[in-house]
Amino acid sequence: MSDSRTTPFRDPTDESPLVKLLVILVGLAFLAFFLFLPLVGVFVEAFRKGGQAYVEALVEPDAVSAIRLTLLVAVIAVPLNLVFGVAAAWAIAKFEFKGKAFLITLIDLPFSISPVISGLVYVLLFGSQSLLGPWLKSYGIEILFAVPGIVLATVFVTFPFVARELIPLMQDQGTGDEEAALSLGASGWQTFWFVTLPNIKWGLLYGVLLCNARAMGEFGAVSVVSGHVRGLTNTMPLHVEILYNEYNFVAAFAVASLLAALALVTLALKTILELRFGAGGAGGRRH
Amino acid sequence: MDVTINHVRKEFARFPALNDVSLEIKSGELIALLGPSGSGKTTLLRLIAGLDQPTEGQIFFGEEDASHRTVQERNVGFVFQHYALFRHMTAGDNIGFGLKVRPAAIRPPKAEIRRRVGELLDMVQLSGLEKRYPNQLSGGQRQRVALARAMAIEPRILLLDEPFGALDAKVRKELRRWLREFHDRTGHTTVFVTHDQEEALELADRVVVMSQGKIEQVGSADDVYDRPGSPFVFSFIGESSQLPVRVAPGGNVLFNGRPIGIAERQEGDAMLFFRPQDVALTQETDALFGKVTACRRLAGTRIAEIDIANGGKAHHVEIEVPLDAAVTLGADLRFRPTRWTLFAGSKAE
Repeated sequence: MSDSRTTPFRDPTDESPLVKLLVILVGLAFLAFFLFLPLVGVFVEAFRKGGQAYVEALVEPDAVSAIRLTLLVAVIAVPLNLVFGVAAAWAIAKFEFKGKAFLITLIDLPFSISPVISGLVYVLLFGSQSLLGPWLKSYGIEILFAVPGIVLATVFVTFPFVARELIPLMQDQGTGDEEAALSLGASGWQTFWFVTLPNIKWGLLYGVLLCNARAMGEFGAVSVVSGHVRGLTNTMPLHVEILYNEYNFVAAFAVASLLAALALVTLALKTILELRFGAGGAGGRRH
Repeated sequence: MDVTINHVRKEFARFPALNDVSLEIKSGELIALLGPSGSGKTTLLRLIAGLDQPTEGQIFFGEEDASHRTVQERNVGFVFQHYALFRHMTAGDNIGFGLKVRPAAIRPPKAEIRRRVGELLDMVQLSGLEKRYPNQLSGGQRQRVALARAMAIEPRILLLDEPFGALDAKVRKELRRWLREFHDRTGHTTVFVTHDQEEALELADRVVVMSQGKIEQVGSADDVYDRPGSPFVFSFIGESSQLPVRVAPGGNVLFNGRPIGIAERQEGDAMLFFRPQDVALTQETDALFGKVTACRRLAGTRIAEIDIANGGKAHHVEIEVPLDAAVTLGADLRFRPTRWTLFAGSKAE
């Protein structure tokens, strides 16, 4: 054609610079306002009265006890859910059985109901009006308003994390590698240890990380079953609430800053793991 | 190791995948299980390996009933269709895996395993690549690592599921020749599954043709090509054409009510099968004839496509014609099969 007004070629899925700028700006502004500002706010508030006050708020006995309890709960809940998650994902991905769809639905349950309900369930089960509560109490076992109740509520709220992460991964990988290992003479345990576990290790780590973050940060369910006994049944999130209600803002935000730091570390580790995933590392997709 | 498959039936969720299959595999044989997808060939291979349990019937390894032995106890080398190499292990670790997981009493020491891995890598011509991960190897190399891994456990028989399916044509040809040499050198009883008839006919001592969960025919390449035992085998292996005919009293074969110049003994309706190259052009009137609809050159020969009218409908056949024969598109061509097979009472495939 002689009439060649040259319009520069543009990718069909590309947009005009103005639209692009607008979309990016909206996204960034939203993030800045809802995520970045509050996060900065937590740290600013925590250090308002200087480093001295910040450290004091953290080494105070009730705070130390709350940190210790939070760590204890995570140390119990995360390994439990690791074992449960691997077992559930294994069963769902590698076997055919009746009620499989039901099991998948059940695993999602804690995601779909309010954490407060998750806590109330345990009050109904172990409270003084319930069947189990008085019976256990006659043996001197306290569940509600004690550490066991907090652990139970946390396990309940966090149990989907590992399983949800592993189910699609293991379904995608299928049973070919396991069959190969068995045909080479490996026992069931050797197959799991040498073949299945290495294949899922990055996904597993990712799930554990998310599970841990939630276990340490859980508020609603734990709040219902803990009884808020200072120095005894207060986890970090509950401790933050108490301090805040007492207008002790510096201390409240100092403890909150620890939880925020935990979130940041989790985020960083998650990003690193995702890079490993994406690069098709040892645990990556099929070659 | 002789393998005997004795009236084996396999159902998946009530759907029969194998129906009363019996087969004898002699020690040192190279056997191909050939069939279209869904014919049950991979199921049969997995049953021999012990990766699936037969619903009925037995599988013998030599004199021993292996039907209820686990896959570990059967000690078979299985090469999977997509190799199933452990992607987090190097080629060397993959090959040594079967030795590493042995019970302590019969596990070779580490140095011995390393030596054996080196030997196996030599055998599959991959020396120097033991430190590579599977995703750093080409398809053909992965295939040979999988084979070496299966051989490392000194299997009683070697089973391969579509061993060349995932490779490009050139590598496939090379590996095919290489596998034949490998088999001749090691003398292992080997069974492989394929849907590629060329592969089966070229490579195997005996070909087991399967269809719809049944064995249609077992025989050498010559047997299944030259003496097909059923209409399925005739149409599945090689090129062929088929026409419904009737054998009149006296033996003349009639097509569309007219004699076509060939004779058979058994009277009645039948299906006439013949291959494109087994025909001769003729001027006689008692012959098949039809309109040439297309004509194409195929390497050293010429193939004519012909529509043969039969009452209201036309039968499409392909025949080979000499390069110097005069063939005009749209004109009638007369020919007679020189070699053919009649399957009495059977319908068109």
